[in-house]
Amino acid sequence: MSNFFNDLLRLRRGAWEMVASILIALGVIMLMQPFVLTLFTYSFIVTLVGTVMFIIVSHFPE
Amino acid sequence: MDNVADKVASATPPSIAHRVKGLSDRAIAWIFVAPTIFILLAINIFPLIWTVYLSFTNYAVNRPNREVKFIGLRNYERILGDADTWATMQATAHFLIWTIVLQVLIGFTLAYLINKKFKGNDLWTTIIVFPMMLSPAVVGNFWTFLYQPQIGLFNYVISFVTGADPSSFSMIGDIALAPWAIVIVDTWMWTPFVMLICLAGLRSIPDSIYEAAECDRASKWRQFWTITIPMVLPFLMLAVLFRGIENFKMFDLVVQLTGGGPGNLTTLTSIDLKREAFEKWRTGFASAYAVILFVTVFGLASIYVKALNRVKQR
Repeated sequence: MSNFFNDLLRLRRGAWEMVASILIALGVIMLMQPFVLTLFTYSFIVTLVGTVMFIIVSHFPE
Repeated sequence: MDNVADKVASATPPSIAHRVKGLSDRAIAWIFVAPTIFILLAINIFPLIWTVYLSFTNYAVNRPNREVKFIGLRNYERILGDADTWATMQATAHFLIWTIVLQVLIGFTLAYLINKKFKGNDLWTTIIVFPMMLSPAVVGNFWTFLYQPQIGLFNYVISFVTGADPSSFSMIGDIALAPWAIVIVDTWMWTPFVMLICLAGLRSIPDSIYEAAECDRASKWRQFWTITIPMVLPFLMLAVLFRGIENFKMFDLVVQLTGGGPGNLTTLTSIDLKREAFEKWRTGFASAYAVILFVTVFGLASIYVKALNRVKQR
């Protein structure tokens, strides 16, 4: 776990891609879940942040 | 003897050769690549940027003389606060998840069986692949007949198995059954596609690996989980990617089969988007809708391709 946070601080690709992937997956789940309308409302911004982050961090060093 | 490059050079008309003379290899490469880049920009990138721009306006394509106003994020607010759009997303999620689960399970099982050597193997492969060759409009149309409560073959088969009266239920008219009706038809049509991809994966596994496992006295069950599944997994993931993207934009089959009904129960996002854009003519609103779907599919595809590459590297 500490390695993961170290990689985040050192701007390593793997750790940041993991964060971006989690955000995208969370956004998609929020978009399609049938329980809370508020989650649906904020789903797009979560997915968008995740996607843009994924594009940026995929250029970080390994 | 001249090589191919010399032959091509000597065959080039002198007028063209004179014009090209003096250009660097890089410049010539750009000349060849430029038309492709131009076409990509014109038919892919420009419409995308234009759609993003329109999503911030009140533009309606059937009112070309109306003043186009910049309305900020209002289209996005309306879509993401709308309970009907939310229901549409849920219908799409139901369709997407169940079609992929069923197609992967049935497709892999069929591929595993077809991969065994038996008499009539090729004939069975052709028969199984047959639904995939049909047009979605045709499939949608004839399944509406199969689902007919009075004359439909599907209802008679179900009644034969369960003992229920065939006219007592309607697959495309019942609110509980309609979402499953479209799942069944899509699974029937596209399982062969998943089967073919899995079959390619199964046939790419060398026999020597199984022979080595036999020497080590590995059971069939263990061979399946430690050889077959890991080696077919990249192919299976590709099949899921293709079917996921295709089913996210599913339109023709469902429109032909249920028309999005009963009510809006089988209205998938692509059907809803088409209605907003070309029936209600709310172009700005539909553009925002399209941007939301694009970002969702793009994000999902990004993480999926990354996972696929990781599996391939293993």
